[in-house]
Amino acid sequence: MWNAMPSIRSRPLNLVFEIPTSRTQKFWQWIEGGEFHTTRCRGCGTLLFPPVADCPGCLSSEMEWVKLEGRGVVDAFTHVIARPTSFQQHEPYTIAIVRLREGVRVLAWLMDVDITKVEVGMSVRLEVGKTPEGEASYWFVPS
Amino acid sequence: MKRVAVIGVGHSTFGVRKDVNLSELTFEAVRPALDDAGLSGKDIEFVSFASAGGMYEEALPAVVAAEYCGLTGAGLLRCEAACASGSAAFLTSYLNVASGHADVAMAIGMEKMTEVDTPTMMELIGRAGSYLWEFHNFGTTFPSYYALYASAHMARFGTTEEDLALVAVKNHRYGALNPKARFQRETTVDEVLASYPVAWPLKLFDCCPICDGAAAAVLASEEKARELGVDTPIWVSGVGCSSDTANMGKRPDYVGLKASVSASERAYGMAGLGPDDIEVATVHDCFTIAELMAYEDLGFCGKGEGAALIREGVTEIGGKIPVNIDGGLKAKGHPIGATGCSMIYELTKQLREEAERRQRQAPLERYIALAHNVGGTGHYCYVTILRR
Repeated sequence: MWNAMPSIRSRPLNLVFEIPTSRTQKFWQWIEGGEFHTTRCRGCGTLLFPPVADCPGCLSSEMEWVKLEGRGVVDAFTHVIARPTSFQQHEPYTIAIVRLREGVRVLAWLMDVDITKVEVGMSVRLEVGKTPEGEASYWFVPS
Repeated sequence: MKRVAVIGVGHSTFGVRKDVNLSELTFEAVRPALDDAGLSGKDIEFVSFASAGGMYEEALPAVVAAEYCGLTGAGLLRCEAACASGSAAFLTSYLNVASGHADVAMAIGMEKMTEVDTPTMMELIGRAGSYLWEFHNFGTTFPSYYALYASAHMARFGTTEEDLALVAVKNHRYGALNPKARFQRETTVDEVLASYPVAWPLKLFDCCPICDGAAAAVLASEEKARELGVDTPIWVSGVGCSSDTANMGKRPDYVGLKASVSASERAYGMAGLGPDDIEVATVHDCFTIAELMAYEDLGFCGKGEGAALIREGVTEIGGKIPVNIDGGLKAKGHPIGATGCSMIYELTKQLREEAERRQRQAPLERYIALAHNVGGTGHYCYVTILRR
């Protein structure tokens, strides 16, 4: 009954945001170059992912870029079937949170994998490159 | 700080409410709350209005709804703490009265989630984390965040999909008895397990529904409550809140919500109570796994023992601590901003022994209740302890 209720359609509002990346632009440049880097705080030595310009631990703004090997183990994962509007053109995908040997965790897709074989604790490694839409990105594959 | 009592509560029917706009929906909670308190809109000095927003046409829902409900002129703000916005509003109004800034205040929670389609809603709430590092390239969805936790909990403690299904079965059983609930029907383990996979291991029946709803509470100082001759004031005994990282990758583990642990410790500390004192609770079961983690994080059992509690019936009426006997977010529905105030409504009714319907009334001896409301995936947490 409620679905048949009268309504007025609002004016459309399509929002696209321009997200500033100048402070961490090198991350995306390293990706273009085929490497995965993140920031380490020069003030307290903490390795931070995602890369940042400012340290939430000691509030220093002195950062250095560190290359990560990208090998680690799956801490948590899920296979996403019901997808948002902007991912409707994708096949269902697997998201994993991976603890890297270097100590930070990275959330990304786990690709080229038999989904029945994915489990917590499995070994994976990072790959970097471009998405089918041409955007710089990174993902895990079994190792 | 002054003692503060809940002196009136109101609740709309939760559901796909295409028959009302957001102001009319809010009115369905505000009018009964004022009637319950024996007050008019002019008596309310301060209003905190909870709505996550961004999913309906109004940019200033607090102002629009307050005008419609005759609350214009009161101190007014909108609270956002994602799915815990309602508890954030309750805390804000509580502090306003406890501090002596106002004698009578109101907390209102409202969400209108069905004016956009489901994939658009997933687009909006999938961004409830760290947009650039989670949603932008990896299409996180809200169920997927909790599914990540479920995978880790299952791997570490042997929790099964059947255990998760038992949470849905329990909460639907009580939702079927709650006239305000979105789903007034029971379900079975087989039906839950056979439902559409949303984000493995969570299936459609592991997820709370997208829905519309509103709830409201009137709070008053002890002096004001006595002056008004309130029959059964429900006292705010403890409040605690905490938060956690935006990025999932920065969490220490995926088997519990750290914000729930610290928020509950703070609330227990303020109330001078512990988990063993709680006689009835509403916990944040946006997904079935969330209820099991809440049992553990709130201290109702040890870490990893959540599944045992649901298997043994400890959290049903007749068990040691009935949980979500209004149907929970799972069956009652989860209009994001309304949920925190809906929990206060339910516990106030329980503590007054006025639960609708009577089969849902928890047996009480000391009249102590706890509400646990999580925003995002443990990004925010609010715990409120009420006593009669």
